[in-house]
Amino acid sequence: MGGIHPEANKIAHNQTVEEFPLPDQAVVYMTQHLGAPAKPIVQKGDKVKVGQLIGEANGFVSANIHAPISGTVSRVDAIADISGYKKPAIVIDREGDEWMEDIDTTPDIVSEIKLGKDEIIARMKDRGIVGLGGACFPTHIKYMLKPEQKCEYLIVNAAECEPYISTDNRMAIEHAEECIIGVEIALIASGADQAVIGIEDNKPEATASLAAAAKGHPKITVQPLRIKYPQGAEKQLINAITGRCVPNGALPISVGCIVNNLTTIYAIYQAVQKNMPIVQTFTTVSGKSVPADKCRNFHLRLGTSIKAVMDAVGIPEDTGKIISGGPMMGKAIAHLDAYAAKGMSSFLFMSEKESRRGEVSPCLRCGKCVSACPMGLEPYRLHAFSELNRFDDCEKYGIMNCIECGSCQYTCPSNRPILDFVRVGKAKTGALIRARSAANPK
Amino acid sequence: MNMIILLNVDVAVLWQAALILAVIGVLAAVILFFIAKKFHVEEDPRIDLIVECLPGANCGGCGFAGCRNLAENMVARGTMEGCSCPGNSKENNAKIAGILGIEAGETTPKIAVVRCQGSCENAPAKVQYDSAFSCAFANNLFAGENGCPNGCLGCGDCVKACNFGAISIDPETRLPIVDEEKCVGCGVCAKNCPRGVIEIRAKGPKNRRVYVACNNKEKGAVAMKNCKAACIGCGKCAKVCPFEAITVESNLAYIDFTKCKMCKKCVAECPKNAILAVNFPAPKPAPAPAPETKNETAEETTISNQ
Repeated sequence: MGGIHPEANKIAHNQTVEEFPLPDQAVVYMTQHLGAPAKPIVQKGDKVKVGQLIGEANGFVSANIHAPISGTVSRVDAIADISGYKKPAIVIDREGDEWMEDIDTTPDIVSEIKLGKDEIIARMKDRGIVGLGGACFPTHIKYMLKPEQKCEYLIVNAAECEPYISTDNRMAIEHAEECIIGVEIALIASGADQAVIGIEDNKPEATASLAAAAKGHPKITVQPLRIKYPQGAEKQLINAITGRCVPNGALPISVGCIVNNLTTIYAIYQAVQKNMPIVQTFTTVSGKSVPADKCRNFHLRLGTSIKAVMDAVGIPEDTGKIISGGPMMGKAIAHLDAYAAKGMSSFLFMSEKESRRGEVSPCLRCGKCVSACPMGLEPYRLHAFSELNRFDDCEKYGIMNCIECGSCQYTCPSNRPILDFVRVGKAKTGALIRARSAANPK
Repeated sequence: MNMIILLNVDVAVLWQAALILAVIGVLAAVILFFIAKKFHVEEDPRIDLIVECLPGANCGGCGFAGCRNLAENMVARGTMEGCSCPGNSKENNAKIAGILGIEAGETTPKIAVVRCQGSCENAPAKVQYDSAFSCAFANNLFAGENGCPNGCLGCGDCVKACNFGAISIDPETRLPIVDEEKCVGCGVCAKNCPRGVIEIRAKGPKNRRVYVACNNKEKGAVAMKNCKAACIGCGKCAKVCPFEAITVESNLAYIDFTKCKMCKKCVAECPKNAILAVNFPAPKPAPAPAPETKNETAEETTISNQ
């Protein structure tokens, strides 16, 4: 149902991932995941090694944070992130590159899986694994099933339906073997009978690479998918692969599925086989105005200044907007003096012309947004209700099911800010629903 | 009669139909009469009287669902404490007190004040916002065009919220202006401001007020970088105040309007001109709202979410 076909612009598809030089200073935010910020457990002057725990998960939905470089903690402070808001962070000044002794940093591939189900989930939690597709939801929570729940399908999301971003593609080509081992680990953790890797068919090289690596693994299949946005969204991917529909307000596990991004699967491999926490991120730096050979894929340490990453490519003169994480769902960067965090899969330079919004005109009732909505909602209506503060109607018309993919706004011929208002409405309606259930607990 | 013959209708059928309708009508009237008697709701006549003394804007500033709901609550509680209309005139409040048979409490007229001077000149924009024109949305997205995480975003959620047409956005400073004549101090704008920039304060004697026109809670050096008129939390005003009306909390001074005696010592002392004294006679230095110039600031990045 629904969906759109934005220009793919996968300019950096064929650029091999390069190691980004180590930063002299790393700023590590405590808010690199969904949920409560981590609690800093180091103080000014402490010596840390790469991979050492510096931020402890603070609550059920939260994740551990590890030091991305070795050196001395120079500050524990609030530092602005890309939104310009200050977030708690730890600043580390680099001295050499000394890793924790229990982390295997060799490039060797370890294929023998020694850990059992519970140990794997504990390891995910300990190593701070979060969903690296963008939402940064702590991964171990997905695997903590209730006794009555059973996972039948483990779905690996390599669709990469967002334009420009090429990290999953490079991951599949360069680390196919590790990814397949990662899938085997996730299969043990989830108890699923089979795993399906969904990948859009504009990535033939990656598909072939994964299929070759998956040979001899009877439980794992690689499933090419037709190109469509937002196919990489959890519910849409489940529907495309299994034909099942996740009910409103339910999680994928209610239809027996667990979905993980390919990069997350790689992180799981690293954590379980090599005891490696997430201290690095894969990032595509791209844009139409950047010469095609200059668009690059980097493997960089968390806490690296994003300005340094952009300067390595060179910010084009006509840049009007810089987006972190995909042109459809990513966020515009309001504050350039910020630092890389988990899940930042791209920095995109949009030209002045591309970044301007068109003039808004009245809604034509053409219904394009309705046919584009992958959740079967009526976006033009939700927009109007939200603008008029009619949140009861927002709820009635299913605003809470919106996945904020932006297809409605992309397709609108009147350039109406549909998604913006749906987001406002969703936030306010959600707050009202929570207040209501707090007032009348069942 | 010719018509009827023409249509070939029996006259007796017509009479029958009329009779049946008449019987149904009478029956329904009798049934409704008894139902009305049985389910009659005794309503306090004072409610209607009080509703007449309320502005009828249904603004929600009192915290109840409209004027009638407020009147019902007043009658049920028998007091105006905690359920009074913040925008009502003194005379009308006295009338309501008369209806309720209580003494009219002393009410201080209130007004909305904008605690931000982050105009285009004081706080030049570093990025440009190009998205939904809603403060609530912009607040979720980023810290603001000028980088101040607590300042006015200028998208006018307060303007939209105001039921009395009392707030407008100055096109040059891009800050809200409160019309003193129209503002009734109901507080709906303050509730709709996602950053709490607007505060409801006492209107003050002769409409004179002294207040800190800043909401920035960052450290002084950081606040200064973003805005020339930011309160830096230096505490000079608190030291000079003879009435202990000023407190400095999280790098931000606050003047308690119940204690302030309008001596204006703090206004002269503030190094950043962040304290405003309004409606004082001209000879004494009374800084008018921030100086205004055209927006000619550099635009590095456009903020919007696709």
